[in-house]
Amino acid sequence: MKKMKKFLSLALAAAMTAGVFAGCGEEKTTGSDNSAQSSSSDSGSSEGTLKIGCMGPLTGDNAAYGEAVNNGAQLAVEEINAEGGINGMQVEFKCEDDEADAEKAVNAYNSLKDWGMQMVMGAVTSGACTAVSAETANDHMFQITPSGTSMDCVAPYDNVFRLCFSDPAQGTKSAEYIASKGLATKIAVIYDSSDTYSSGIYQSFAAEAKNQGLEIVAAEAFTADNKTDFSVQLQKAKDSGAELVFLPIYYQQASAILQQADKMGFAPQWFGCDGMDGILGVDGFDTSLAEGLMLLTPFATDASDEKTQNFNKAYEEEFGIEPIQFAADAYDAIYAIKLAAEDAGLTADMDPSEMCDKMMESMLNINLDGLTGVDGITWDASGEPNKAPKGVKIENGAYVSMD
Amino acid sequence: MNVMWKKMKKTTKSNMITFGMVILAYAVIQAMVMTGNISSLFKGLLVPVCTYVILAISLNLVVGILGELSLGHAGFMCVGAFASAFFSKCMQGVIASDGLRFFLALLIGAAAAGIFGILIGIPVLRLKGDYLAIVTLAFGEIIKNVINVMFIGKDANGFHFSTKDVISLNMEPDGVVLVNGPQGITGTPKDSTFTIGVILILITLIIIINLVNSRSGRAIMAIRDNRIAAESIGINITKYKLMAFSISAAMAGCAGVLYAHNLSSLTATPKNFGYNMSIMILVFVVLGGIGNIRGSIIAAVILTLLPELLRGLSDYRMLIYAIVLIVMMLFNWAPKAIEWREKYLGRLKHRKKTTKEA
Amino acid sequence: MSFISYFINGVSLGSVYAIIALGYTMVYGIAKMLNFAHGDVIMIGAYVVLTCVSTAGLHPALAVLIGIVACTVFGIVIERVAYRPLRNAASPLAVLITAIGVSYLLQNIALLIFGSNTKSFPEIIKLPSLSLAGGKLTITGTTILTIVACLVIMAGLMAFINKTKAGQAMLAVSEDKGAAQLMGINVNGTIALTFAIGSALAALAGVLLCSTYPSLTPYTGSMPGIKAFVAAVFGGIGSIPGALIGGILLGVIEILGKAYISSQLADAIVFAVLIVVLLVKPTGILGKNIQEKV
Repeated sequence: MKKMKKFLSLALAAAMTAGVFAGCGEEKTTGSDNSAQSSSSDSGSSEGTLKIGCMGPLTGDNAAYGEAVNNGAQLAVEEINAEGGINGMQVEFKCEDDEADAEKAVNAYNSLKDWGMQMVMGAVTSGACTAVSAETANDHMFQITPSGTSMDCVAPYDNVFRLCFSDPAQGTKSAEYIASKGLATKIAVIYDSSDTYSSGIYQSFAAEAKNQGLEIVAAEAFTADNKTDFSVQLQKAKDSGAELVFLPIYYQQASAILQQADKMGFAPQWFGCDGMDGILGVDGFDTSLAEGLMLLTPFATDASDEKTQNFNKAYEEEFGIEPIQFAADAYDAIYAIKLAAEDAGLTADMDPSEMCDKMMESMLNINLDGLTGVDGITWDASGEPNKAPKGVKIENGAYVSMD
Repeated sequence: MNVMWKKMKKTTKSNMITFGMVILAYAVIQAMVMTGNISSLFKGLLVPVCTYVILAISLNLVVGILGELSLGHAGFMCVGAFASAFFSKCMQGVIASDGLRFFLALLIGAAAAGIFGILIGIPVLRLKGDYLAIVTLAFGEIIKNVINVMFIGKDANGFHFSTKDVISLNMEPDGVVLVNGPQGITGTPKDSTFTIGVILILITLIIIINLVNSRSGRAIMAIRDNRIAAESIGINITKYKLMAFSISAAMAGCAGVLYAHNLSSLTATPKNFGYNMSIMILVFVVLGGIGNIRGSIIAAVILTLLPELLRGLSDYRMLIYAIVLIVMMLFNWAPKAIEWREKYLGRLKHRKKTTKEA
Repeated sequence: MSFISYFINGVSLGSVYAIIALGYTMVYGIAKMLNFAHGDVIMIGAYVVLTCVSTAGLHPALAVLIGIVACTVFGIVIERVAYRPLRNAASPLAVLITAIGVSYLLQNIALLIFGSNTKSFPEIIKLPSLSLAGGKLTITGTTILTIVACLVIMAGLMAFINKTKAGQAMLAVSEDKGAAQLMGINVNGTIALTFAIGSALAALAGVLLCSTYPSLTPYTGSMPGIKAFVAAVFGGIGSIPGALIGGILLGVIEILGKAYISSQLADAIVFAVLIVVLLVKPTGILGKNIQEKV
């Protein structure tokens, strides 16, 4: 009997191993349902395709971010393909699940390489992105991350670019902004100490606050395992007499914090970063609680310019939900690739390494008029974007510019 | 040859099959890598598969051979990973030879995890059953939690340590942050290779098999089967329990070293070093058959590859994975399923046996 | 003053843990298995109630009732399909692993149906806050209701087990399955009933959890589930008053640890206390000390 069991498991193992090879061979020809292939096979200008891959969390705790990036990028790809693609190349985009885990992200990257990926638009989360960056640097493949904010994702590698702000940039700019507008002098911070994004911003904020003469009266952390109950952190912030509470965290926890603070009767000035964007879109959230909330963000869902409006409309039509920051980042990242690829004159017969060389040069030449950069986004050789964040305030359930 | 094979003891035979399986798999895969007949995905999965195989083997020592349920195995992996990554990061450029550095990192990772195994084992092993399980889970979570508040930096004045943030390290401007709290250690040299992974698997196998067939191993199994009887014939329970527990921890530490040196970013998240991972390792062991080393190797390989193979299903990937896991468990363990298998598949086996004898 | 406030918050959090832990402990007492999927049943319950209130516009009380029924059905089906076939398996670990599989399954079903975006749970408990000491101390209506609900549920369960025939059958099955069967007790039915009650409690716990901490994702249940499991062990697994004590202690320690020691190490503190308690009292606070027979 035991032998039978072993035989069965061996057979199963063999079948699966065979599946690995079969699987990759198959996918090359069929593609997957995730890829946004050109539905509009209009002009006969099919000069090959450009395959862009993305790795992000589509399951697990951070799935909302990965999904937004996937959606935003697909929207951009569809638009580009409808207008004839990049240098006549149709764009194929595919996003693989990495569960926001470094090891899974590398697996996703390798699986996309088997698919024939020529450049990377990812990874979505910082930890995963750092692991993927080392791989792309090794393979010399062009990479732009829409939302990996940690310095380690981009700084050590010259083939990696970033679309969003880095953590230090956000923390420093927030402290400068608060000091220059004279919003408060006594500040409490509530941040997620187990998250690279949040703790990264907190650290640079704390460093800059010292220079700006701001006093941090309470710095309270929470962790990924402990992110529902904020009563203690809020109580401490309240007791410390803070006039402003800085929340360098994502909107999900922020919405819970605002609700719990309201129940406690604690109403300081709230101040957030780009992760706060999306708070008005939380299903069932009472937006009156966010009244008066300030945030520094390069993208605002409620911005009135035509471009953002069109994006919002198309996004809602296609996916049935409001876009968040991550979607806009991904949308812009795809357009950044388009601009740079056109500048570099990429053609489908180039190999990824050759593309990477050309893209690295061209990224420095482009000026992207995107959703997340009001006055255009440019890049320098460090891979960091130059763009100005907007200070916005929530009034009557909508963003209003503070500048 | 044939005569020798027949003369061999049954356990020796089984062990030879296990070794042969690993070596054969290694040879086939190496040949495929040489000839370039391998997908990038599979190539990238080689080291992680080795990591999980080692973890499964090492946990099987505690669960299968010692007979205690541990839910904190990822904690030991975490200790090994961070200790060794920290060492490698410090010694990058100091020790010229990559091979030597990685060898030392392995020793350090294993030793650190082993020491933690002893420290944790002393109080924990007094407990029994589910209480022991929950305390190991607690230790695993504590390790992860504490690592997330560690900040270590290095500058001209030496090392700086803090549990608050980078600013409170008070470093000179030229200082380098080595361990950055939740952002962990980045830029660990990529030293892990498939060959090293397989060598480590073989070493763990040799250790376990020798242990099981030694005097100590028999004492450990006696404790599992009947603690009171074992105690009454003078077996030192604490000593042997601790021995199995710390050896298992050291092996998990080795797996952690392999893990840490395969990725450029090392963070302690609930995903990779939390209780979820500990449970995942337990799943390998139980699915492969408790106490069955070869079974846990196969289960670890299957369950590591499965989610990757299911990528084509996109949104339904993890759903199907969960269903497959449940079905496999029912098939392997349910008394009814076993009965059914015996009834229908037993015939096949019976026929095979008769032909063999003839 | 802030100490009292922390303490009350701790009791409130602990009450939620306690209700979840009751489900754990009942199932453990009878089926001798750790139902790792219990936390995810909570999440399913919360989603059902949310859908009923927000999408279908039903009255909250009716919605909660539907949630309870849905979870009960879920609990019975899970037990029948995934756990019962393994009840007599060679190792008790087999069913533990299957429970983990069920937990993944529930999370991914919720992910597919409800999406990954956080949903804010509607305020279905509309009770005024209690203001004490001139506004320095506020206790929300939800907090009071949570604590009261926890006490009522526990009292109800105790009465059910000690006073009714079905409850006595549960006790008998948990003592000795074989003997209970010989006495004419329907063992399968009793175990199914236990799962039904545990899952119904999970639905209530889901509503209370999400009313206090109003953000809901497919992974909302897993951490409170593990914490409640710890609480059940804390109090002595299998014991109903133990689950209450364990849950409340855990909540209070967590909040006070966060407040006075370190908010980053809150979980580490909880687990450290657990370890100390178990080392002193190896079967939990109210656990039975089973004598080993030679």
